Amino acid sequence: MILDSKIPAGPLAEKWTKHKFSSKLVNPANKRKYEVIVVGTGLAGASAAASLAELGYNVKAFCFQDSPRRAHSIAAQGGINAAKNYQNDGDSIYRLFYDTIKGGDYRAREGNVYRLAEVSVKIIDQCVAQGVPFAREYGGLLANRSFGGAQVSRTFYARGQTGQQLLLGAYSALSRQVANGKVKLFPRTEMMDLVVIDGQAKGIVTRNLITGAIETHAAHAVLLCTGGYGNVFFLSTNAMGSNVTAAWRAHKRGALFANPCFTQIHPTCIPVSGDHQSKLTLMSESLRNDGRVWVPATQEIAEKLRKGQIKANDIKEEDRDYFLERKYPSFGNLVPRDVASRNAKYVCDEGRGVNETGEAVFLDFRDAIKRDTRKIIEQKYGNLFDMYKQITGEDPYETPMMIYPAVHYTMGGLWVDYNLMTTVPGLYALGEANFSEHGANRLGASALMQGLADGYFVIPYTVGDYLAQLAPTKVDENHPEFARAKEEVEQGIEQLLKINGTKPVDYFHKRLGKIMWDKCGMARTEPGLKEAKAEIQALKKEFWSNVKVLGTNEELNQTLEKANRVADFLELGELMVDDALNRNESCGGHFREEYQTPDGEALRDDENYAYVAAWKYRGEGKEEELVKEELVFENVKLTQRSYK
Amino acid sequence: MKLTLKIWRQKNAADKGGFVTYVAEHVSKDMSFLEMLDVLNDQLTEKGEDPVHFDHDCREGICGMCSLYINGKPHGPLQTTTCQLHMRSFSDGETITIEPWRAKAFPVVKDLVVNRSAFDRIIQAGGYVSVNTGGVPDANEIPIPKTVADLAMDAAQCIGCGACVAACKNASAMLFTSAKVSQLALLPQGQVERKTRAEKMVAQMDAEGFGACTNTGACEAECPKGISITNIARMNREYFSAVVSSENM
Amino acid sequence: MTWVTKTLNSTLGRKLIMALTGLFLILFLTGHVSGNLLLFKGDGGQAFNMYAKFMTTNPAVKLLSYLTYISVIGHIIYSILLTRHNASARPVSYSTSKGGTNSSWNSRNMGILGTIILIFLVVHLQGFWAEMHWGEVPTISYDGENYKNLYLIVSEAFKQEWLVALYVAAMIFLGFHLSHGFSSAFQTLGLSHKKYSPAIEWIGRIYCVIVPATFASMPLYIYFSSL
Repeated sequence: MILDSKIPAGPLAEKWTKHKFSSKLVNPANKRKYEVIVVGTGLAGASAAASLAELGYNVKAFCFQDSPRRAHSIAAQGGINAAKNYQNDGDSIYRLFYDTIKGGDYRAREGNVYRLAEVSVKIIDQCVAQGVPFAREYGGLLANRSFGGAQVSRTFYARGQTGQQLLLGAYSALSRQVANGKVKLFPRTEMMDLVVIDGQAKGIVTRNLITGAIETHAAHAVLLCTGGYGNVFFLSTNAMGSNVTAAWRAHKRGALFANPCFTQIHPTCIPVSGDHQSKLTLMSESLRNDGRVWVPATQEIAEKLRKGQIKANDIKEEDRDYFLERKYPSFGNLVPRDVASRNAKYVCDEGRGVNETGEAVFLDFRDAIKRDTRKIIEQKYGNLFDMYKQITGEDPYETPMMIYPAVHYTMGGLWVDYNLMTTVPGLYALGEANFSEHGANRLGASALMQGLADGYFVIPYTVGDYLAQLAPTKVDENHPEFARAKEEVEQGIEQLLKINGTKPVDYFHKRLGKIMWDKCGMARTEPGLKEAKAEIQALKKEFWSNVKVLGTNEELNQTLEKANRVADFLELGELMVDDALNRNESCGGHFREEYQTPDGEALRDDENYAYVAAWKYRGEGKEEELVKEELVFENVKLTQRSYK
Repeated sequence: MKLTLKIWRQKNAADKGGFVTYVAEHVSKDMSFLEMLDVLNDQLTEKGEDPVHFDHDCREGICGMCSLYINGKPHGPLQTTTCQLHMRSFSDGETITIEPWRAKAFPVVKDLVVNRSAFDRIIQAGGYVSVNTGGVPDANEIPIPKTVADLAMDAAQCIGCGACVAACKNASAMLFTSAKVSQLALLPQGQVERKTRAEKMVAQMDAEGFGACTNTGACEAECPKGISITNIARMNREYFSAVVSSENM
Repeated sequence: MTWVTKTLNSTLGRKLIMALTGLFLILFLTGHVSGNLLLFKGDGGQAFNMYAKFMTTNPAVKLLSYLTYISVIGHIIYSILLTRHNASARPVSYSTSKGGTNSSWNSRNMGILGTIILIFLVVHLQGFWAEMHWGEVPTISYDGENYKNLYLIVSEAFKQEWLVALYVAAMIFLGFHLSHGFSSAFQTLGLSHKKYSPAIEWIGRIYCVIVPATFASMPLYIYFSSL
């Protein structure tokens, strides 16, 4: 199998313009004859559904939440990048493109990333027109900040709730189309399978989460905007309901899954407080601008701290190890996310962790308060400090904050070409659900940009190009493939309900999460990954023989919903491990301990691994097949990063 | 901590429902309220009893999916979302009563889960600026005074959880509706449809069966995002001036 | 339905009527209390009786009085409509509800306060207003002109302890009703602004004490001066 990325030829800056021109158009009068299914209503889904409906297509939009407005895009805090150069500080489309390619550790396509940077400017215009209340200067123009170590101020924001405001903007556009009758909304409805007829995506099978009804929906194209799979780790900053099911079932129907091992770990999250922990909360990265990261210099002191015999403030200056400042004198506490995260793990592995679980480091504002006064620190971080206090019950003005890395974003996802089409014609993947723009590591404030770029400005063109090749006739829902897919879904559910084992779903999910976190998390080794593979396989077996799912299908059954999702996570987990084992290099969010520089930095192998690893499902119990898409860099020079 | 939980159980919309009492042992004060329920649910599952159903998703106070009327207050004793409420707000031996949001417009689906799609329909009635994708002016062509943008943002922070309706003795949705009417009435982008929006959103709010506001201020006091009732005054102003001056009959 | 009826049937329209009638009644109370201050004049009721006649015969005042009747009736009818609507908005009530932690008692019980005030109003109107209009009030003559001696009725009535107690109690309820109603009416009309709202609230707080207290002092004054 050869993967064709369909990147248009020609100079980088002209690719998208040319491509739009050469794409086929659907006659305006014919648009209403096409049906498009959009699964997921986050930034990508809501913006795509609204934009396609505005063009005249009939859209069905699905989400598992009770309202489209609850999709997890809503939780993004920091901001959205756009190459507007409103600040006159040297930003440009090319610079945003370059930063994104470099930040992704050269594992993304130049063409896709350039297009992303190009349309970024239109996103801001669109959102402002919708009434998104971005932060402004006193003169009334838009404010920007620099984010995640970027050299230019290109991040637009709405307090600490940028994701919320952008999502509500897209949701309002979607709501308008619902009112116009162009979008039919299916809340509390989960996609259970993809229907493929003659190799083309023609519909989906869904479960109504209230009644349990298994239904089929036919369409000319299916868009998966279903987000990332960080919840494979059980604990992540994702929402509880975030899952891989839609993408995974599409994968099993023929869509290749690319770079599954590329996961982003965010260094500043609130640590786990006990076994009851259900999710992790992210705190803005900006805290590292003023906070100093440290652990006790010795294991003994850390031990006393964990037992509560001493308090953080009792530890003398010479007994503190400011390990980031020590190892990276020039970047100090501001090293990139992956470096900060990995080093926190190392010191905790050495037994120097500072909370009861031993998995936390301090982020101390004592010196900043001394230097700038408490008032200044309050102005900068007041809301974050309040949030921290609410969750932990400790006052960060008095005692150092505790932080630990947590899974935050997954760069991997369904393989898509330049048109965002997967390897199944008619099936598209947008936003975090696809693999494309961020390479091996995503820059801060770029997730929102990608979701909206895909939904507002890419898919309306590319989906038309595909639909124009189909006859404007209704997709026949009576085709036996629909009945077959539906029956398979019903059987799967029946099987889960039949097991009647002894352990709740979370028991398995937590164990899977621990395997993934320990062996396929921040730092990976070949032996560890091999162990993980065996453990996941055993766990999967145990799940299918001993999980306890109560109740019936024909009711609101949250345990059944979870069980369906965890079943898919178990399979995805194994593929992530395979991918991590295959990639004998370290890059971005993937760090193999065998492949590092003498300084402990990620060591890329551009010679052998400058490719996208796309995996093809070959059936139950069979190893997946690796299909490579070589990455071609015509415009940027590949360099090794260094933060010493 | 050991707690007694009095939880509303209702099999489905048609069921009459009633309270069932559970005892939760070994509750850690660091648990969030929902984690406490997770633990209870795992115990119920192991015993073969149907777990308690409740809505939740992001668990970081922004998606607005979690609800729960805890000890006589929406989202419990603190002015926050239930997912951000931690067990240290309760004391050992306490009895906690947990009920679903109660309103005609929010029918119970199961246990503590209610249907809040009435809110979506209120937004669909006019909570948007009618611009299509593309063809909009450059973002900086619409200067907005910072104070106005800040006020709009204050209103826009609403997470649509429905605590305002739950807290209001009249089950009124005026705080929710007014937050969106306000946001768009304040901004220049919202001017074109300003009158129609106010009229349609109020009409939809009434059609959903929410009560009328009696200005008790309970909504504002319980809103996890601190949305102010000055937005309700603004909506009233918008509505009254709209009905007397708009072209809509 | 025309746009007018549609508006007046909306929740906001009904609230508008409550606010407008309420504010008019506040104006009425202000006039009523100022006029009744003549009871304190100590002239054996001459000024009060002359004022009473003026109030029942002057055409402009007549017009105002009709507005007052309409306001009272409108306020009552719309409060019933709203209360019924609001009750239907929550068919199943909470088993435990701590309204006291997020709102004032009087703001949640305007209906009860209003009902008590209505009962008082019936007693009050029957005792004085109906008497004045249709009752057999003895007349008194000042400067050759006859006046109904309402003052006599008033001063006789307030020699009864139970009636004095009823009036004082009713004024306390009125005070509570006004303490929410005053600023609430402005909020409903949308007259909310960070520059002016504090002043409105401040005036409301003074008003809800001064006016009922002044009213209450009248029966008390008469009762104690008769001892």
